[in-house]
Amino acid sequence: MNIKSQKDFFSGLFYTVAGAAFAYGATNYTVGTGARMGPGYFPLLLGVLLALIGAFVMFKALTVETQDGDKIGAWAWKPLVFIIAGNVLFGILLGGLPSFGVPAMGLIVAIFGTTLVVSLAGDTFKLKEVLILAAVLSAGSYGAFVLLLKLQFPVWPTFITG
Amino acid sequence: MELFDNLALGFGVAFTFQNLIYAFIGCLLGTLIGVLPGVGPVATIAMLLPATYALPPVAALIMLAGIYYGAQYGGSTTAILVNLPGEASSVVTMIDGYQMARKGRAGPALAAAGLGSFFAGCVGTLILAAFAGPLTEVAFKFGPAEYFSLMILGLIGAVVLASGSLIKAVGMIVLGLLMGLIGTDVNSGVARFSFDIPELTDGVGFITIAMGVFGYGEIISNLSKPEEDREVFTAKVTGLMPNAEDFKNMIPAVLRGTALGSALGILPGGGALLAAFAAYTIEKKTKLRPGEVPFGQGNIRGVASPESANNSASQTSFIPLLTLGIPPNAVMALMVGAMTIHNIQPGPQVMTSNPELFWGLIASMWIGNAMLIILNLPLIGIWIKLLTVPYRWLFPAIVLFCAIGVYSTNNNTWDIWMVAMFGVIGYTFIKLGMEPAPLLLGFILGPMMEENLRRAMLLSRGDWSVFVTRPLSAGLLAAALLLLVIVALPSIKSKREEAFVEE
Repeated sequence: MNIKSQKDFFSGLFYTVAGAAFAYGATNYTVGTGARMGPGYFPLLLGVLLALIGAFVMFKALTVETQDGDKIGAWAWKPLVFIIAGNVLFGILLGGLPSFGVPAMGLIVAIFGTTLVVSLAGDTFKLKEVLILAAVLSAGSYGAFVLLLKLQFPVWPTFITG
Repeated sequence: MELFDNLALGFGVAFTFQNLIYAFIGCLLGTLIGVLPGVGPVATIAMLLPATYALPPVAALIMLAGIYYGAQYGGSTTAILVNLPGEASSVVTMIDGYQMARKGRAGPALAAAGLGSFFAGCVGTLILAAFAGPLTEVAFKFGPAEYFSLMILGLIGAVVLASGSLIKAVGMIVLGLLMGLIGTDVNSGVARFSFDIPELTDGVGFITIAMGVFGYGEIISNLSKPEEDREVFTAKVTGLMPNAEDFKNMIPAVLRGTALGSALGILPGGGALLAAFAAYTIEKKTKLRPGEVPFGQGNIRGVASPESANNSASQTSFIPLLTLGIPPNAVMALMVGAMTIHNIQPGPQVMTSNPELFWGLIASMWIGNAMLIILNLPLIGIWIKLLTVPYRWLFPAIVLFCAIGVYSTNNNTWDIWMVAMFGVIGYTFIKLGMEPAPLLLGFILGPMMEENLRRAMLLSRGDWSVFVTRPLSAGLLAAALLLLVIVALPSIKSKREEAFVEE
């Protein structure tokens, strides 16, 4: 079988899997009747609908001709990995991971860590430039979020502030 | 006249020093963000939502509204100067605007966009003030069946906004509705799809989805393009004002765009993008005057009309939000979030229970528009400078602000893990050509729809025909069906795609 539109085929697959998962999950809750809907009624209805839409999209992707096959193209792994990793690192450094015994390092360390990792996602990486950027962002964030807006952040590592 | 009393009250509220400052900050931030390619008003408002917690509700909403239309203005600036839509509704402005800039006529193009928007914004504000009252009366006649049908109409409207395949956009809506159901069911107290994770019983945070999908997804996709494609065009902008000939062409286009935008903005699901697109299509259909530049090669009407339309639509799209409590687009959905944070239940009762908020917000819109014209025309030179900030400094800052933003909504690192997940999902959406905007709208409307469906069906004792036997509800459903048929018509379909294809 020939996939005529790669993008559409996988979107359809995505819908079908997601719809089926929601519909299956919904059967764990009381479905109820039309007049007295239980918590499972609406999600079951929508889940089935989404699965059907997905099936239709997949069917169309297999039958309707497209010009260039609608290729998904290469995944940009580098930006994907570094951006998401930078984001996760921010969470770990800011709040720590108590269950793994990682202490909270606070806002400033988190900003430096995140900026360094996220910058790796770009085409060029100059350490000096990134450090300056991180310093500027730290100062700016401290001023704007902590001093002006009074948001509650752990600013410094817990082992320093106690 | 009641209208003038109300407006007087509104201006009384908006003209306090504090609120003027917030309106100004909002407009400035909005324009700044709108100018940055890839960051639209949705991400900006999502980012700044936590920052408004500490403000009084009126000030917070005035500032957020300022960001909203500020971004609308700023978006057109990048569209014209660098052929990058700062946000979605300026996609059509790009077509002729950038061509004008390349011919050294960036000044008149920017001025046409600015002046057209200002005029349209004034008209939109007046319409909002005049019609909000009567429409609220209608809102009180709405039962659960009507609300449900109206939301269907709104969601179908959102499909029209999506630029790609119709059926895929419908899929995104349904997916959004389902995601909105995650969390504790209000009727039975059952925690649905929460996998026994305590944080999930409160549902998925709107901000985490918005930032993950729009913020991170866009950044990753931007970075995957070669550097040349992101290159900005910063030739000198000379000659700011349009000449007499330009004005002659512009004025009717601005009037048409304003009228169209005001009408489309009121419809739930309408909004700025649809208005801009429809306005451009109409301009393209009208006959060219002798000696006029063809469309797609820098016709000033192709800039003035869609810009007026998207601005008047962004004003009038507050009407369904303020009167019915139904967000017509993703930005308005965020405004609902902002209102609920401040314990204001959006809907018809806002006008009677918080008149100073309601009219203050309306008055501040006009003030905001005036500020924007002052900001934008003389400061165009500065906006161009901002574009020379290299992207390699910009994106780490954006990621950082997203992370800080989501953390501060609940002071919980859980939201940071969630935003990471939605970043990956958002990039997948982009790769697969799935439009994220309908998802967001579905997400907001999901719980509301279920609630109203349940109530309507309870009242009708399980009889589904209630949706077509009640006249108001039947009318709304018919409108939704009509909209769907129109969009599906082959001739419109090809036109719809055409307007989104770069020429």
